[in-house]
Amino acid sequence: MTNKSSSPIVLYGTRFLSPYIMLFGFYVIFHGHYSPGGGFQGGTLLAVSLLLIRIASGTDLAQLQFKEYLTTPLAALGVVIYFGTGLTALIMGGYFLDYEELPIPGLEPAYLRYWGILIIELGIGLTVMTVLTLIYDNMVKGEDYA
Amino acid sequence: MIIAFTLVLLFAASDLPFRGDPDNQMNQEVSMTGTEVAGNYYIQEAYHDAHTPNIVTVILGDYRSVDTLGEQIVIFTAGLITFLLLRNRKEGEEDDE
Repeated sequence: MTNKSSSPIVLYGTRFLSPYIMLFGFYVIFHGHYSPGGGFQGGTLLAVSLLLIRIASGTDLAQLQFKEYLTTPLAALGVVIYFGTGLTALIMGGYFLDYEELPIPGLEPAYLRYWGILIIELGIGLTVMTVLTLIYDNMVKGEDYA
Repeated sequence: MIIAFTLVLLFAASDLPFRGDPDNQMNQEVSMTGTEVAGNYYIQEAYHDAHTPNIVTVILGDYRSVDTLGEQIVIFTAGLITFLLLRNRKEGEEDDE
Protein backbone atom coordinates (compact mmCIF):
# COMPACT_ATOMS: atom_id res chain seq x y z
CA MET A 1 0.00 0.00 0.00
CA THR A 2 2.80 2.41 -0.78
CA ASN A 3 1.64 5.50 -2.53
CA LYS A 4 4.50 6.93 -4.54
CA SER A 5 2.52 8.63 -7.25
CA SER A 6 0.28 10.86 -5.18
CA SER A 7 0.50 14.51 -6.05
CA PRO A 8 1.38 17.16 -3.45
CA ILE A 9 -2.02 18.75 -4.01
CA VAL A 10 -3.74 15.63 -2.67
CA LEU A 11 -1.31 15.35 0.21
CA TYR A 12 -1.53 18.93 1.40
CA GLY A 13 -5.26 19.15 0.67
CA THR A 14 -6.03 16.18 2.90
CA ARG A 15 -3.59 17.43 5.51
CA PHE A 16 -5.47 20.73 5.51
CA LEU A 17 -8.91 19.10 5.66
CA SER A 18 -8.33 16.43 8.28
CA PRO A 19 -8.17 18.62 11.43
CA TYR A 20 -11.35 20.44 10.45
CA ILE A 21 -13.24 17.17 9.95
CA MET A 22 -11.92 16.02 13.33
CA LEU A 23 -13.06 19.27 14.95
CA PHE A 24 -16.52 18.83 13.43
CA GLY A 25 -16.60 15.27 14.78
CA PHE A 26 -15.89 16.51 18.31
CA TYR A 27 -18.56 19.17 17.82
CA VAL A 28 -21.10 16.52 16.82
CA ILE A 29 -20.26 14.41 19.88
CA PHE A 30 -20.30 17.24 22.42
CA HIS A 31 -23.26 19.06 20.90
CA GLY A 32 -25.39 15.92 20.77
CA HIS A 33 -27.38 17.17 23.74
CA TYR A 34 -28.75 20.10 21.77
CA SER A 35 -28.80 19.07 18.12
CA PRO A 36 -28.87 15.88 16.06
CA GLY A 37 -25.74 13.90 16.64
CA GLY A 38 -24.09 11.75 19.23
CA GLY A 39 -21.44 9.15 19.68
CA PHE A 40 -22.02 7.09 16.55
CA GLN A 41 -22.14 10.00 14.13
CA GLY A 42 -19.29 11.91 15.74
CA GLY A 43 -17.15 8.80 15.94
CA THR A 44 -17.70 8.17 12.25
CA LEU A 45 -16.55 11.71 11.46
CA LEU A 46 -13.43 11.24 13.59
CA ALA A 47 -12.71 7.98 11.77
CA VAL A 48 -13.17 9.75 8.42
CA SER A 49 -10.54 12.31 9.33
CA LEU A 50 -8.11 9.50 10.16
CA LEU A 51 -8.95 7.44 7.06
CA LEU A 52 -8.52 10.45 4.78
CA ILE A 53 -4.87 10.72 5.77
CA ARG A 54 -4.46 6.95 5.56
CA ILE A 55 -5.82 6.79 2.01
CA ALA A 56 -4.08 9.90 0.70
CA SER A 57 -0.59 9.56 2.14
CA GLY A 58 -0.31 5.81 2.64
CA THR A 59 -0.41 3.67 5.75
CA ASP A 60 3.24 4.19 6.71
CA LEU A 61 3.06 7.97 6.84
CA ALA A 62 -0.30 7.88 8.63
CA GLN A 63 1.31 6.12 11.60
CA LEU A 64 2.53 9.57 12.62
CA GLN A 65 -1.08 10.65 13.11
CA PHE A 66 -2.59 7.57 14.72
CA LYS A 67 -0.64 4.43 15.51
CA GLU A 68 -2.03 1.19 14.16
CA TYR A 69 -1.51 -0.87 17.30
CA LEU A 70 -3.56 1.63 19.32
CA THR A 71 -6.85 0.78 17.61
CA THR A 72 -7.84 -2.46 19.34
CA PRO A 73 -7.01 -1.36 22.93
CA LEU A 74 -8.81 1.96 22.46
CA ALA A 75 -11.90 0.21 21.07
CA ALA A 76 -11.93 -2.02 24.13
CA LEU A 77 -11.41 1.07 26.29
CA GLY A 78 -14.54 2.64 24.80
CA VAL A 79 -16.62 -0.40 25.72
CA VAL A 80 -15.07 -0.39 29.19
CA ILE A 81 -15.94 3.31 29.65
CA TYR A 82 -19.59 2.62 28.85
CA PHE A 83 -19.81 -0.58 30.88
CA GLY A 84 -17.83 0.92 33.76
CA THR A 85 -20.23 3.85 33.97
CA GLY A 86 -23.13 1.45 34.29
CA LEU A 87 -21.28 -0.73 36.75
CA THR A 88 -20.29 2.25 38.93
CA ALA A 89 -23.93 3.25 39.16
CA LEU A 90 -24.79 -0.34 40.05
CA ILE A 91 -22.16 -0.49 42.78
CA MET A 92 -23.18 2.88 44.23
CA GLY A 93 -26.64 1.53 44.91
CA GLY A 94 -28.75 2.28 41.85
CA TYR A 95 -29.80 0.27 38.84
CA PHE A 96 -27.43 -0.65 36.01
CA LEU A 97 -26.71 2.53 33.97
CA ASP A 98 -28.73 4.63 36.41
CA TYR A 99 -26.73 7.85 36.23
CA GLU A 100 -28.34 9.36 39.29
CA GLU A 101 -26.08 7.30 41.52
CA LEU A 102 -22.77 8.27 39.91
CA PRO A 103 -20.24 9.46 42.52
CA ILE A 104 -19.72 12.99 41.17
CA PRO A 105 -20.20 15.42 44.06
CA GLY A 106 -22.11 18.66 43.94
CA LEU A 107 -24.58 17.97 41.14
CA GLU A 108 -28.31 17.54 41.08
CA PRO A 109 -29.66 14.21 39.78
CA ALA A 110 -30.79 15.78 36.51
CA TYR A 111 -27.32 17.18 35.80
CA LEU A 112 -25.81 13.84 36.80
CA ARG A 113 -27.88 12.29 34.03
CA TYR A 114 -26.64 15.02 31.69
CA TRP A 115 -22.99 14.22 32.39
CA GLY A 116 -23.63 10.48 32.39
CA ILE A 117 -25.03 10.68 28.87
CA LEU A 118 -21.97 12.70 27.80
CA ILE A 119 -19.57 10.10 29.27
CA ILE A 120 -21.20 7.19 27.47
CA GLU A 121 -21.32 9.17 24.22
CA LEU A 122 -17.56 9.66 24.53
CA GLY A 123 -17.14 5.91 24.99
CA ILE A 124 -19.25 5.20 21.92
CA GLY A 125 -17.33 7.75 19.86
CA LEU A 126 -13.99 6.25 20.87
CA THR A 127 -15.13 2.74 19.95
CA VAL A 128 -16.65 3.71 16.60
CA MET A 129 -13.59 5.76 15.58
CA THR A 130 -11.08 3.07 16.42
CA VAL A 131 -13.13 0.18 15.03
CA LEU A 132 -13.58 1.86 11.65
CA THR A 133 -9.85 2.59 11.51
CA LEU A 134 -9.15 -1.00 12.60
CA ILE A 135 -11.32 -2.40 9.80
CA TYR A 136 -9.49 -0.29 7.21
CA ASP A 137 -6.07 -1.27 8.56
CA ASN A 138 -6.98 -4.93 8.61
CA MET A 139 -8.24 -4.82 5.03
CA VAL A 140 -4.96 -3.22 3.90
CA LYS A 141 -2.96 -5.81 5.84
CA GLY A 142 -5.08 -8.63 4.41
CA GLU A 143 -4.37 -7.32 0.93
CA ASP A 144 -0.66 -7.47 1.61
CA TYR A 145 -0.69 -10.97 3.08
CA ALA A 146 -3.24 -12.69 0.85
CA MET B 1 -42.54 -6.24 -12.34
CA ILE B 2 -41.08 -3.16 -10.63
CA ILE B 3 -43.92 -1.09 -12.06
CA ALA B 4 -46.51 -3.55 -10.78
CA PHE B 5 -44.93 -3.55 -7.33
CA THR B 6 -44.85 0.24 -7.33
CA LEU B 7 -48.54 0.32 -8.19
CA VAL B 8 -49.33 -2.08 -5.34
CA LEU B 9 -47.33 0.07 -2.89
CA LEU B 10 -48.97 3.28 -4.08
CA PHE B 11 -52.41 1.70 -3.71
CA ALA B 12 -51.53 0.65 -0.16
CA ALA B 13 -50.08 4.07 0.66
CA SER B 14 -53.19 5.86 -0.50
CA ASP B 15 -55.07 4.36 2.45
CA LEU B 16 -52.60 5.50 5.13
CA PRO B 17 -53.84 8.08 7.63
CA PHE B 18 -52.45 11.59 7.60
CA ARG B 19 -49.24 11.78 9.64
CA GLY B 20 -49.93 14.89 11.68
CA ASP B 21 -53.50 14.04 12.59
CA PRO B 22 -53.81 14.14 16.41
CA ASP B 23 -56.67 11.64 16.34
CA ASN B 24 -54.48 8.88 14.90
CA GLN B 25 -53.94 5.76 16.95
CA MET B 26 -50.18 6.31 16.93
CA ASN B 27 -50.57 9.75 18.48
CA GLN B 28 -52.83 8.64 21.31
CA GLU B 29 -51.71 8.58 24.94
CA VAL B 30 -53.30 5.18 25.57
CA SER B 31 -52.66 2.24 23.28
CA MET B 32 -55.30 -0.07 21.79
CA THR B 33 -55.02 -2.51 24.67
CA GLY B 34 -55.61 0.21 27.23
CA THR B 35 -52.07 0.66 28.55
CA GLU B 36 -50.10 3.89 28.71
CA VAL B 37 -47.78 4.67 25.80
CA ALA B 38 -44.13 5.09 26.82
CA GLY B 39 -43.44 7.86 24.31
CA ASN B 40 -45.90 10.09 26.12
CA TYR B 41 -43.79 9.95 29.27
CA TYR B 42 -40.59 10.56 27.28
CA ILE B 43 -41.90 13.69 25.62
CA GLN B 44 -43.28 15.15 28.82
CA GLU B 45 -40.48 14.30 31.26
CA ALA B 46 -37.26 14.10 29.20
CA TYR B 47 -36.13 17.66 29.85
CA HIS B 48 -37.09 17.49 33.50
CA ASP B 49 -35.19 14.23 34.01
CA ALA B 50 -31.92 15.02 32.26
CA HIS B 51 -31.89 18.77 31.42
CA THR B 52 -31.15 17.87 27.82
CA PRO B 53 -33.20 19.52 25.08
CA ASN B 54 -32.66 16.69 22.60
CA ILE B 55 -35.24 14.02 23.45
CA VAL B 56 -33.62 11.49 21.14
CA THR B 57 -30.35 11.72 23.05
CA VAL B 58 -32.13 11.21 26.35
CA ILE B 59 -34.00 8.17 25.04
CA LEU B 60 -30.91 6.58 23.48
CA GLY B 61 -28.50 7.48 26.25
CA ASP B 62 -30.64 7.16 29.33
CA TYR B 63 -33.95 5.35 29.02
CA ARG B 64 -32.70 2.86 26.43
CA SER B 65 -29.03 2.84 27.42
CA VAL B 66 -28.72 -0.94 27.65
CA ASP B 67 -29.78 -1.13 24.00
CA THR B 68 -27.06 1.38 23.09
CA LEU B 69 -24.51 -0.69 25.03
CA GLY B 70 -25.55 -3.66 22.87
CA GLU B 71 -25.03 -1.62 19.70
CA GLN B 72 -21.57 -0.59 20.83
CA ILE B 73 -20.63 -4.19 21.60
CA VAL B 74 -21.89 -5.23 18.14
CA ILE B 75 -19.58 -2.67 16.51
CA PHE B 76 -16.67 -3.78 18.68
CA THR B 77 -17.33 -7.42 17.75
CA ALA B 78 -17.39 -6.52 14.05
CA GLY B 79 -13.95 -4.93 14.42
CA LEU B 80 -12.59 -7.95 16.24
CA ILE B 81 -13.96 -10.30 13.57
CA THR B 82 -12.15 -8.41 10.82
CA PHE B 83 -9.04 -8.67 12.99
CA LEU B 84 -9.46 -12.45 13.25
CA LEU B 85 -10.40 -13.04 9.61
CA LEU B 86 -7.99 -10.77 7.76
CA ARG B 87 -4.91 -10.91 10.00
CA ASN B 88 -4.90 -14.71 10.01
CA ARG B 89 -2.08 -15.16 7.50
CA LYS B 90 0.45 -13.13 9.43
CA GLU B 91 2.09 -15.86 11.52
CA GLY B 92 1.55 -19.01 9.48
CA GLU B 93 2.10 -17.96 5.92
CA GLU B 94 3.14 -21.41 4.73
CA ASP B 95 -0.15 -23.15 5.50
CA ASP B 96 -2.26 -21.76 2.69
CA GLU B 97 -5.77 -23.12 2.86
